[in-house]
Amino acid sequence: MAYLELKNIYKTYGEGDSATQVLSNINLTIEEGEFVAIVGFTGSGKTTLVNLINGLIEPTKGEVLFKGEPVQGTSHERGVIFQNYSLLPWLTVGQNIYMAVKEVFPKKSKSELHEIVADYVEMVNLTPAINKRPKELSGGMRQRVAVARALAMKPEMIIMDEPLGALDALTRGNLQDEILKIWGKDKRTALLITNDVDEGIYMADRIIPLRPGPKATLGPEFNIDIERPRDKTELNDNPNFKKTRNAIIEYLMDIGNERKAQTQEEYALPDLSPKSFVW
Amino acid sequence: MKQSITLGKVTRIIGISGFLETTKSLFTGKLGKEDFRNFLRKVIVPLASIVLFFGLWHLGAKTLFNIEAEYRINKALEEQGPEAAAQVEACIASGDISCQPNTLPSPSQVWDSYKTLLDDHYAISADKVAFKEKTAALNAQRIANGEAPIVYTGRPSFVDQILTSLKTVFAGFLLAFLIAVPIGIVIGLSKTLRSSVNWIIQIFKPVSPVVWLLLVFMIVKTLTKNSNADNAFIISFISVGLCSMWATLVNTAMGVSSVDKDYINVAKVLKLGPVQKIFKVILPSSLPLIFTGLRITLSVAWMVLIAIELLAQSPGLGSFVWEEFQNGAVDSNSKIIVAMFVIGLIGFLLDRIMLTIQKMISFNKND
Repeated sequence: MAYLELKNIYKTYGEGDSATQVLSNINLTIEEGEFVAIVGFTGSGKTTLVNLINGLIEPTKGEVLFKGEPVQGTSHERGVIFQNYSLLPWLTVGQNIYMAVKEVFPKKSKSELHEIVADYVEMVNLTPAINKRPKELSGGMRQRVAVARALAMKPEMIIMDEPLGALDALTRGNLQDEILKIWGKDKRTALLITNDVDEGIYMADRIIPLRPGPKATLGPEFNIDIERPRDKTELNDNPNFKKTRNAIIEYLMDIGNERKAQTQEEYALPDLSPKSFVW
Repeated sequence: MKQSITLGKVTRIIGISGFLETTKSLFTGKLGKEDFRNFLRKVIVPLASIVLFFGLWHLGAKTLFNIEAEYRINKALEEQGPEAAAQVEACIASGDISCQPNTLPSPSQVWDSYKTLLDDHYAISADKVAFKEKTAALNAQRIANGEAPIVYTGRPSFVDQILTSLKTVFAGFLLAFLIAVPIGIVIGLSKTLRSSVNWIIQIFKPVSPVVWLLLVFMIVKTLTKNSNADNAFIISFISVGLCSMWATLVNTAMGVSSVDKDYINVAKVLKLGPVQKIFKVILPSSLPLIFTGLRITLSVAWMVLIAIELLAQSPGLGSFVWEEFQNGAVDSNSKIIVAMFVIGLIGFLLDRIMLTIQKMISFNKND
């Protein structure tokens, strides 16, 4: 039995004439312990897909099955890391995580809960900032808090919605490693939504491109046969990496061109020539 | 050191820290060329505007005084002949109180009235203390006998009136807070409720304080038929509360209904219960808007209070102003102007206090 299964999912926003079909005929199966990445252009309906899986919205048609049971509302078993951190700005780093932990483990004592909070803050290297508010933190630090909050709830599956999209390349690399390290520890199931093919290849076992919406649907999947732990610098010389990367990018480019051909928009450019400079 | 910190805080709250700091740097000799423009903008120009204000006021008062005086002299001339006119002119010039034209008082007259009011306050306070001493023994005996003690029933001083007004405005503000915030939260949470009571808000929000007063009067008068409660106070504070609560009501409802979707998603993902969701996510995130509403409410409460006291015959600054106007004594007009400044200053201070509290509890420190 598949761990997570999406069956013929359709999602439409609005009604009647103004209805837009965002997702169309989505089929996806994720096995336990797997790390799957979904790669797609911005605006292709990735966030809608994530919200369907974590239970924030319901599909118009089709079923989302989690461990064989249809998904009804959110669950602590599926932890979410949101695209825009979604930290509560009036709480400190510690309080943000504490609030989540307290909901998941209502029977634990206060000191036990604080211990969990401290552990996870330590794990994302934010112990010095535990009493700071999100406003006082950099983007990377905020996302680490969001990661810590999601993981502290000890979910069976982690759903990441472009978690590193707003970060600079260096911070991004570090956080990728941290997430992989944590994932590797107890091999939870993970779903990563991203717009960065390299990130997908570096982190995931399987990459599935999302053909852009409206009526977005999933493309053919690409298996990543690269041994873990993966090394970023070595990865660039790995023939397997190059091959997969080129195949995915080619596929995405083709979709992009298809889309362009469909729209057929022509822009009239002014006929300009540069002025000659005299030094 | 500690004192200077608190002083700095106080000046910042009042909003004159820029002024003071620039003046300080002038005297400590740390004034560079760049600072000079700052000095000009923050010290010279405000001071000049104050001087200009009082100058214009003085000139205006003088002109009005002359018009009034001339009219009186002409009237005397027409009705009683030149002799009487000369008499009136001499009387006005001598500064005798019996024949002063009644018009806008000059700044110096207002200042004199201010001192008179202060002296009056000290006199009344002394009187009260004396009364208390004199009746202490008798009152102790009366209380022992189960009788009501004798209380001071003399005229209230100006400062007493201010305190009464503050008491009324705070009672009204508290009432507005207790009514508007819970209702605002409930309305904000439910779309159905919001659209079903919207008409009440839209219709009653613009109603004048006077009408509220009359409405409250109709109800309270009947309800307190058999008690000897302080009717005037009850009526005025309830009217103040009802007039001023709308800003808080609307702002609270708006704040609660427009919580960032991300925060709602967090609440859903964490599976917070409805109570937890309201107290841990919705309320904190709408606090800034609620406080903006409360700030408006307090300033509206203070503004309508004067009118309501005036009409409700409830003691306070409003009735002080009205009594002085009815009184028509020589210094009545200048006392009214003193009250005007006091009302303005207190309103300003109340607003600043609210702003400071708002800044203290708001999570958007940078905004």
